[in-house]
Amino acid sequence: MAERTIHTTAAAMISAFDAHRPPEREIIEDCVHCGFCLPTCPTWLLWGEEMDSPRGRINLMKLATDGEIGLSPQVRGHFDACLGCMACVTACPSGVRYDQLIEATRPQLERNTPRPLGDRIYRALIFSLFPHPRRMRFMLPLLWLYQKSGARRVVRSRWLQQRLPARLLAMEAVLPPVRLRRRGALSFALTTETPDAAPRTRVGVLLGCVQRVFFDEVNAATVRVLATEGYEVVPVASQGCCGALSIHAGREHEGLRYARRLIDAFEAARPDAIAVNVAGCGSVLKEYGHLLRDDPAYAGRAATFSAKVRDISELLASQPPRAPRHPIAARVAYHDACHLRHGQGITRQPRELLRQIPGLDIAEPAEADICCGSAGVYNLLAPEPAAQLGQRKAANILATRPDALVAANPGCLLQIASSLAQQGHPLPTFHPIELLDASIRGVPLAGLPMTSSHVE
Amino acid sequence: MTDTTASPAVAHTPTIPAITPRIVAELRAMLGDDGVITEMAELRTYESDGLASYRATPGVVVLPTSTEQVRDVVRLCAREGIPFVPRGSGTGLSGGALPTPGCVLIALSRMRQILAVDLPNQRVIVQPGVINLHVTQRVAPAGYYSAPDPSSQQVCSIGGNIAENSGGAHCLKYGFTVNHVLGMRVVLANGEVADLGGFAVDLPGYDLPGIFVGSEGTLGIATEIILRIVRKPEAVVTALAAFPHTDAAGQAVSDIIAGGVLPAAIEIMDRLSIAAAEAAVHAGYPESAGAVLLVELDGVQPEVAEQSAQVEAFCRAAGATEWRLARTDEERALMWKGRKSAFAAAGRISPNYIVQDGVIPRTALSAVLREIEALGARYGLRVANVFHAGDGNLHPLVLYDERDEGAFERAEALAGEILRTCVASGGSITGEHGVGMDKRGYMPVMFSEADMATHQLLRCALDPERLANPEKVYPTPRLCGETPGVYRPHPLETAGIAERF
Repeated sequence: MAERTIHTTAAAMISAFDAHRPPEREIIEDCVHCGFCLPTCPTWLLWGEEMDSPRGRINLMKLATDGEIGLSPQVRGHFDACLGCMACVTACPSGVRYDQLIEATRPQLERNTPRPLGDRIYRALIFSLFPHPRRMRFMLPLLWLYQKSGARRVVRSRWLQQRLPARLLAMEAVLPPVRLRRRGALSFALTTETPDAAPRTRVGVLLGCVQRVFFDEVNAATVRVLATEGYEVVPVASQGCCGALSIHAGREHEGLRYARRLIDAFEAARPDAIAVNVAGCGSVLKEYGHLLRDDPAYAGRAATFSAKVRDISELLASQPPRAPRHPIAARVAYHDACHLRHGQGITRQPRELLRQIPGLDIAEPAEADICCGSAGVYNLLAPEPAAQLGQRKAANILATRPDALVAANPGCLLQIASSLAQQGHPLPTFHPIELLDASIRGVPLAGLPMTSSHVE
Repeated sequence: MTDTTASPAVAHTPTIPAITPRIVAELRAMLGDDGVITEMAELRTYESDGLASYRATPGVVVLPTSTEQVRDVVRLCAREGIPFVPRGSGTGLSGGALPTPGCVLIALSRMRQILAVDLPNQRVIVQPGVINLHVTQRVAPAGYYSAPDPSSQQVCSIGGNIAENSGGAHCLKYGFTVNHVLGMRVVLANGEVADLGGFAVDLPGYDLPGIFVGSEGTLGIATEIILRIVRKPEAVVTALAAFPHTDAAGQAVSDIIAGGVLPAAIEIMDRLSIAAAEAAVHAGYPESAGAVLLVELDGVQPEVAEQSAQVEAFCRAAGATEWRLARTDEERALMWKGRKSAFAAAGRISPNYIVQDGVIPRTALSAVLREIEALGARYGLRVANVFHAGDGNLHPLVLYDERDEGAFERAEALAGEILRTCVASGGSITGEHGVGMDKRGYMPVMFSEADMATHQLLRCALDPERLANPEKVYPTPRLCGETPGVYRPHPLETAGIAERF
């Protein structure tokens, strides 16, 4: 006979979570088990298993909270498999804050469920590299040499592809083409750009880590567009990593250390608004207030900081355009980065900005709410599901027959570009701000055909 | 909910054989390691479906991908005498996919291939795990859709729709799942594979698909389903009318249908459900209204235009304070989104709630709603109402807070009273959510002893060993071969194989 459990008497059991910020029971109990989250969950789409769905994961959290299951490596596996795309948060009719639940669960696992040595080393490598733009730049010549010499072809040979560790190959696969002249191209952010007309707002721009090393042209475009649209861009010196990668991976201590330093850096520049062009970073920046709520020295400052954070599209779309736009005759597929669409609820603004560009035809691929598999460093940690999701995304994008792919997150662009290339249909990729910048300046974009048969 | 008549421990099934390592090994050989779940923490995520107030742990969960795999699993169950319970997306609201403790839970969530699309003949063939909405998405570009649209259509599976004979807002005009399933390949409880119905309509012989649809997994598992798809209508009008009270809205419904208009859908939401839906999806419903009526008309353009004017006139005559037409597909989708999210959205206005499902004659609408209101007042609980008004399918949501002493018991009792009111008005204990675990105690309220015995005859003919979802639908289940009346020990009991609790 089935057991009736309306009245939970969990008192007898001791939670498997430790006392430091466990997932909140009240949020867990908001879940009414309706299952509306399932079809938007990438891992449920892949595997069709309850414990790899948001509802199942919340169930596991509840069982662990009630002390009915322990945080075994197997249980951890189901949380590790979560991409953190937050599509379930958008889909949930009951308003369950799964984002807060999973973010509270991950550090618990890092503390209480030790990982095997190899995994620990691999993670240590990732987190001692990606949040550090200087270290990444230091590696650029080596990567350049790797790509220009025959080494890349050797690694991509079938023999080695079958023998090298999947995680290593995953990292190799999403590596963007390296250009050496990028080294040190950061100075623009340290100079003040003052518009001709009365400035709208003082804006500090977050440079990002991967963004500033591999996509410095996105940052350059961001600063140019802001200036021509009448914003005063103030330099924010010595800004480091925002902590998004660490926080999303449960490395709470490390992530919060980055967060505090970033708050210090931006406070010195006294901006009215903080513009972010990386969806994942923006999402975490907006959460600083919540993340640092227990820190007496930072709680108030973090809340003030978070209140100023705007995605670049959010900021620009809030005011009518000033500079004239020149036509770009191309068809682009717009991909919603999960941390924009689900993390920040931003879908309208980037499309509005793109629609300001005359001649630009915007395609909407199917399954827009499904993650591409990049998910921060997920594609490096769990290459197999990430690759399957990437292939699925690439197929949906190609079905719209675009000339280029546009997305507001470097991770998505690298991931999807790699999947498109594997399907034999590489596409040029852009951040929306690059298109806007090119349109304002009236210059062609490398790789984008300036005439297109798709234009009506 | 409350099984007031039966004793709480209804462990009527013979003692369930344990899932031994030998059986697990056999299952792994059939399905691969990846298709068999045995870890306790993982099994426990399968302990409930959409009705989370019941839970039980399965002995093992299997994830087959083909008819053959389902057949092999069921054969093994039949050979070993282990009960099995099928599960689709696990969104059912009557506990139909609740595991029988220690059972083999057959999760069909990996059988999600659309096997064939035959547009000229308006048929698709799907596996049971295919999500309802995905069928429509697949054929929509060609101008077709699948008509049954339960509110959970974005997640519920076709297999689950078959088990529950699911309806939805549009079944007033287009019928329930049973009207759209032409044939099925099914794995029966003994592991035999049979084809029921087929590609053509109205096959000779017994209406076997009709028997299978709505059988809640007690007769076997459908593994390939031939579904009808229908042409998208030339014109669709979706309108929202606001009323000061549900009475007036109910009157408008009666007038519309008596006036000879058959809308594709006609739905009422009361004040509380409007508030919940607004909090959840911001559908733009008039929040001051006492009731909202959603009407959808479809057909050829001139007909729809004329009917729309008629419906507006009926609504205004009944006291509508606002009449609003959806101007775009987005507006239409938003109007529906509010309605379709209503159940889950109740979580926004109450910590806990029971979703009830009952049917009444359309003409009894006002009287029954007043009765429900009075019952709510008597029990000191709020009841939100959402319903498919056209066919009298009510969905009262009994709101309570489990932290209040005795609140759950009162809510359950109230939900039960509501069902009795439905039956007394000439209706039924369920419109579309099924009986499952939740309402089996109410079957005798509707059916006589002889009626129930007829149901048992059919069940025993197809599942004599009572292995297919054995605990569901019927209240004080008997072992097959046992006749109703004065207690006589069953042969299995005398043989010491089975035990009665």
